[in-house]
Amino acid sequence: MTSLVASYPAGSAAFPHRGLVGIAGLAPHEILFLLEEAEQWVKLNRLPQKHDNRLAGLTIINAFFENSTRTLLSFEIAGKRLGADVVNMQAAQSSIKKGETLIDTAMTLNAMHADAIVIRHGSSGAVQLIADKVSCPVLNAGDGQHEHPTQALLDALTIRHAKKEFNGLKVTICGDILHSRVARSNVLCLTALGAEVRLCAPPALMPAEVEQMKVAPFLDFDAALEDADVVMMLRLQMERMQGQFIPSPREYHHLYGLTPERLAKAKPDALVMHPGPMNRGVEIDSNVADMADRSLITRQVEMGVAIRMACLDVLTRKVRGVEGWT
Amino acid sequence: MSIAPPLVIANGRLVLPEGEPAKGSVRCEGGRIAAIGDIAPEPGDAVVDANGALIAPGLVDLGVFAIDKPAFHFGGITRAALMPDQSPPLDFPARVRFAAQSGKPDFWVHPLAAATVALGGEQLAEIALMLDAGARGVATGRRWVADSGTMLRIMQYAAMLGLPVVSHAEDGGLSGHAVATAGEMATRLGLPSAPAEAEALAVARDIALAEMSGARLHFRQVTTGAALALVRAAKARGVPVTAGVTPAHFMLSDLALADFRTFMRMSPPLRPESDRKAVLEAVADGTIDVISSGHDPRGPEDKRLPFADAEPGMAGAETLLPLTLNLVRDGVIDMTRAFDLLAGRPAAILDVKAGKLAVGAEADIALVDPDQPWIVDSDKMAAAAGNTPFDKQPVQGRVLALFKGGAQVWAKKKAPA
Repeated sequence: MTSLVASYPAGSAAFPHRGLVGIAGLAPHEILFLLEEAEQWVKLNRLPQKHDNRLAGLTIINAFFENSTRTLLSFEIAGKRLGADVVNMQAAQSSIKKGETLIDTAMTLNAMHADAIVIRHGSSGAVQLIADKVSCPVLNAGDGQHEHPTQALLDALTIRHAKKEFNGLKVTICGDILHSRVARSNVLCLTALGAEVRLCAPPALMPAEVEQMKVAPFLDFDAALEDADVVMMLRLQMERMQGQFIPSPREYHHLYGLTPERLAKAKPDALVMHPGPMNRGVEIDSNVADMADRSLITRQVEMGVAIRMACLDVLTRKVRGVEGWT
Repeated sequence: MSIAPPLVIANGRLVLPEGEPAKGSVRCEGGRIAAIGDIAPEPGDAVVDANGALIAPGLVDLGVFAIDKPAFHFGGITRAALMPDQSPPLDFPARVRFAAQSGKPDFWVHPLAAATVALGGEQLAEIALMLDAGARGVATGRRWVADSGTMLRIMQYAAMLGLPVVSHAEDGGLSGHAVATAGEMATRLGLPSAPAEAEALAVARDIALAEMSGARLHFRQVTTGAALALVRAAKARGVPVTAGVTPAHFMLSDLALADFRTFMRMSPPLRPESDRKAVLEAVADGTIDVISSGHDPRGPEDKRLPFADAEPGMAGAETLLPLTLNLVRDGVIDMTRAFDLLAGRPAAILDVKAGKLAVGAEADIALVDPDQPWIVDSDKMAAAAGNTPFDKQPVQGRVLALFKGGAQVWAKKKAPA
């Protein structure tokens, strides 16, 4: 694949950010720079010997205050493949349960001289709060309903591998938009790259004034699918719902489940994505999720490791003294 | 406390209940105002030279969450109505009695009794016993009484006792665990949000119940155009309803939530710009009766948290007067009305003989330089905590000296020469 940008500025001018708290605040060329950087790791990860030693000696702490399997694993593998010492801290085992404040926990991690901290937290803005207090780069692995930037980047990388252009690409994101940080980061990322984003959800799960984010909201899934190049399905985040938002999963599937018949309303070569975990039979039918030629779901997981390697590499260049990175 | 000796505050500009501030003096005797106007000190009177400063009534702050005397004195506040949201809540006569005594002699606390036990919204608290213990009103706290039948009985009971009912205008079903107003900002930040209409729904219900019960109803804060329209209409048909607001809701909109600054976490939450403008209009046309501080000093343990996990509230006592004076400078209201919003009306709602310069009223007096510039600094506040959304903001208007019951209780420190 050819690069989308002819050349990037040298050194840290290409990505002048201390951490990665969100897609908001990133310029389109900075997003593309991270995608470009990830390509080498896509290649490496497909080799039998998938190891690079550039982060040798660095300590990366994955501080996950909210349960995670795939994102935590993905970050852990990314750090290890780059040779870093990776430590995972999960909330269930942490002193958060003993009443320690988030800031105190962050200061503790900082005092252990982490070279990068990856944070997931259930509260919007929590990662920013920690990033302001610690001295090393902070990567947001999902904060509440706010952002999940590496997910958006890996989705963009996945799309870039499958489609030539972001410009004018019609991407339909359907599901629990209200509670989804994946949706917010994807909207910011894809619109920045020139794609046309449609959001589809029942009214209770559609955020207020979302059209201000340069997207088109749809209640009718069939209308949202028309002419779509990419269909991204999101699960219902029952754990974030206070009160009842939909009558039943069965009824939700009736209106918003991606079936082969529904998918036929999109472009003939439309691709299907899902950030996982999937609830088969609710938002997506198994025979759609498993379509070999249309579903990118396992590809997304693959790209996730590469993107996280790129982010860890780029954000630790300063501490590693890479020339031009200040 | 012994009664203060007679005192004349001379050579100032009097902020009287009516008319423009006029040159004059005020004489206090026996803790009360004895004479106002062009008066000369009597032999033996102590004399304070106001030097042309405003001689204004001490502020009556309707609806604070903590008794924080240094901050109140700094802000020219001589009395405050204390919300029942204390730990434990003011739902028991002994606690009300203790709160009522807690500021004396140099500051008076008027407790607002919890309408329901533990502010739970279900079981009526012992309102009449709390009235005897010093309560000046009944309040639902920062909570919505969801059961309309319960709210009606609270109002009927309060009406019988002659107490005002101070209500929190947010429909709990709509607001849920929201920490922001539904709209672009909340959507971008991914914050749990509720539509602004949650306020109008609550206001509509409580006005209907006030009409049924005859209770005097006061909304501590009305912050949206839709709810203010309901209050305006209710007033026009003679319903005994009053509305308050804090400066945050006429100074700030929800754009201030960017970067998840927890000092901007309020209850009710900050609103869109259109509502902020509606609040200004309502202050101008008299729909809003009271401007209060909502003073709620909160330290890092409550504020240095993710936005949705932080406690709401701001340390507002010190900035209440200067931010209200902004409205005078901007021509929204005049000086007389500013002090009516800050002192006269809240005193009338609480039915206390204060809040205005009138013969026979309690001699609670603030000397104010309305133009003196200063900069709000959260690190240097008199308040118990510096959680102000107006940190580093230049403001104008300082209290120079404060008198409670005719005795000087506070004076601004002289700047070092």
